[in-house]
Amino acid sequence: MTAAVRFRDLTLGYDRHPAVHHLSGAVADGALLALVGPNGAGKTTLLKGIVGLLSPLSGAIDRNPSAREVAYLPQIAEIDRSFPITVYDLVAMGLWRRAGAVGRIGKSERELVERALATVGLEGFEDRAIGTLSGGQMQRALFARLLLQDAKLILLDEPFASLDAGTVADLLELIRRWHAERRTVVAVLHDYDLVRDRFPEALLLARSPVAWGPTAEVLRPENLLRARRMCEAFDTHAAVCDENAA
Amino acid sequence: MYDLLFAPFAEFEFMRRAIVGMLALSLGAAPIGVFLMLRRMSLTGDAMQHAILPGAALGFLVAGFNLFAMTIGGIIAGCAVAIGAGVVARTTELKEDASLAAFYLVSLALGVLIVSLRGSNVDLLHILFGSVLALDDATLILISAFATVTLAALAVAWRPLVLECVDPNFLRSVSRAGAPVHIGFLALVVLNLVGGFHALGTLLAVGIMMLPAVAARFWATDLTRMVVIAVVVAFASGFGGLLLSYHLAAPSGPAIILVAGLIYLISLAFGPVGGLRRRFAPGRHLEA
Repeated sequence: MTAAVRFRDLTLGYDRHPAVHHLSGAVADGALLALVGPNGAGKTTLLKGIVGLLSPLSGAIDRNPSAREVAYLPQIAEIDRSFPITVYDLVAMGLWRRAGAVGRIGKSERELVERALATVGLEGFEDRAIGTLSGGQMQRALFARLLLQDAKLILLDEPFASLDAGTVADLLELIRRWHAERRTVVAVLHDYDLVRDRFPEALLLARSPVAWGPTAEVLRPENLLRARRMCEAFDTHAAVCDENAA
Repeated sequence: MYDLLFAPFAEFEFMRRAIVGMLALSLGAAPIGVFLMLRRMSLTGDAMQHAILPGAALGFLVAGFNLFAMTIGGIIAGCAVAIGAGVVARTTELKEDASLAAFYLVSLALGVLIVSLRGSNVDLLHILFGSVLALDDATLILISAFATVTLAALAVAWRPLVLECVDPNFLRSVSRAGAPVHIGFLALVVLNLVGGFHALGTLLAVGIMMLPAVAARFWATDLTRMVVIAVVVAFASGFGGLLLSYHLAAPSGPAIILVAGLIYLISLAFGPVGGLRRRFAPGRHLEA
């Protein structure tokens, strides 16, 4: 089994306080993994670590080099929605790896952008300024951008927060398609029913990993209870972690 | 009509030089101003200007009224502050505005200290208020060169620059261009301010950068159009300001910036995008 991402005794955090504590394991190539856990469990931190926006405090993250680019949908996209740019241009950014800073956006690229917009149901929105989109429409546009990134590894941070059922169904269909195309998808989710329904594998995180494996086993009540008990707040005067062997 | 609008330029070479200088300045500074505005860095130009002043003054003290000494002094001081602030903002918790404030204030104090230690009673009015009506060949070539560099750099870095504004984290996830593009952009700001101070003085150079940009905001929803409009507004301000200063025998730098200010006020009142007209006379609502 080749791994898309491998964690080696990974600790990620802020200002020496761990947010993800001693995580080891591998996300298999082509896995469809749900990342679950209470607020403050380190789910977003872990995704940031995989993308490379955050360096480990200790341990390491190995990304399969053949994964080329990682497509990352942040929880709160820090998108300046007042910027005068059209939906079309925002989505076309997904072609960065293909076109770069100065590469041509030719006929075939334009077709790709149009197809991506059609796939997420945003035909006719091409020339709208991004500031005029609703929350759900924006999320659809960002999924269209993810589509164009054509990445082997896709990270989604709470992709369905505050979306209506129809939009969630459409976007879930995209995730199913990515899975069928053997892409690796890791999604942070809070809806356990949805996770049981759609995600074969789950990682339950409460700073330290609680359980990782087939979803049905991970989401057992005793695991969820354990995760909830692990306290969220860090201790300002915490001692140096004694597992810091290395 | 001809007498009013074109005769001064046909008749006097210094007016022709001035309008060419303003054209070059408009082409370089206005697009930079649009990006500064859209990144909510409208006041950064002001801060950079304070940072540049000591460098230019130092060049003046060392080499007298020498174009290249003052230019290089200004660029070095400006870039040092821009890069210092940029690096601190990217590697520490301090935000860009705060680190920029720290750096430019130190630069300004240093400049004032150096000037007073030398004890010479230098006439810095020239640097402060510029002399668009006395542009010599070397200065014109310098301003034009800066405009050329700016346009070329914008052409190459347009996409990453837009991305860095709209969605910096996305840019970080797909490319390492973010930091160099940001620092390069600040260098362009410095370059255009230094170019501007020869014509308009260090105090007013930022005016030709920002006023056309904020005026253009009221006329376009699309970035490309906004940049084009800003360039046109900047050049129109230069044209109108020069005529105003010619006919009224008023100082040219302030006249140019005042015309730009007037265009801003008109845009604010009548511009179709988010201006006062939209707020107070929006018209009846549409069907869909």
